[in-house]
Amino acid sequence: MDKTVRFRVRVKDNIANVKAMIFHPMETGYRRDKNSKSIIPQHFVHTAIVTLNGKTIMEVHWSRSVSKNPYLNIQVPGVSAGDELSISWLDNMGQSGSGVSTIS
Amino acid sequence: MVSEAHQRRIFLKSALAVISSLIVPSVGYSRWDKNAYNKTEIVASVQSVGVTNLADLREGGGKITLLTPKIAENGAIVPITVNSKIPNTERIFIFAEKNPQPLVSDYVFTPHVEPFVASRIKMSETAFVHAIVLAEGVFYRTAREVKVTIGGCGEDS
Repeated sequence: MDKTVRFRVRVKDNIANVKAMIFHPMETGYRRDKNSKSIIPQHFVHTAIVTLNGKTIMEVHWSRSVSKNPYLNIQVPGVSAGDELSISWLDNMGQSGSGVSTIS
Repeated sequence: MVSEAHQRRIFLKSALAVISSLIVPSVGYSRWDKNAYNKTEIVASVQSVGVTNLADLREGGGKITLLTPKIAENGAIVPITVNSKIPNTERIFIFAEKNPQPLVSDYVFTPHVEPFVASRIKMSETAFVHAIVLAEGVFYRTAREVKVTIGGCGEDS
């Protein structure tokens, strides 16, 4: 499966500045297909869970009003090299994905 | 003596507990609230997350930083940043007042993550963006107006 989550992690003073992007269309259900003129159905990530070494540290709830390819920037204190950060997401069509980044 | 059937039941119970703990995030987390996200008007929308009256909320003043552009040329991508200095911030809600469904997102924090979040949202038209912080059972608010040149809900992005 293609990577659905891209990470950029910078650690400064033991605080990880985590920038993540999830590749997802985030369709509102208001747009029409250019050719067929039919409405493109809603398709959006509603939940994303951030874990550190397997433990949930944050839960994210999104609506259709979050931009395409949702971007999430968070700050995780008290990290050390080797810690594993993951983000898993779930959308309204039952699709899901996840990504892992190891702190170096 | 424990019967075989009883043992099996215990095993099934613990197996179910393990499976459900994998699906449902750990204790204290609310799931995605369909009802709140489907509200089409700001008053009902904030009420659905537990705020009786937006105007009655304590001003976050210097304690909540909400960064938005003053003018967003493209409503499909409006960067927002919220940082709360209120102790024990548990949750941050983002509302775009005039969006078809005003509740845009909510973030559930634990002590293992800073009460900070930056993301990008869509805005259908010029409106106030509200950040509501829940800390120790009390709601705080702050808002900023964003002027939107081209709306970003129905148009191509």
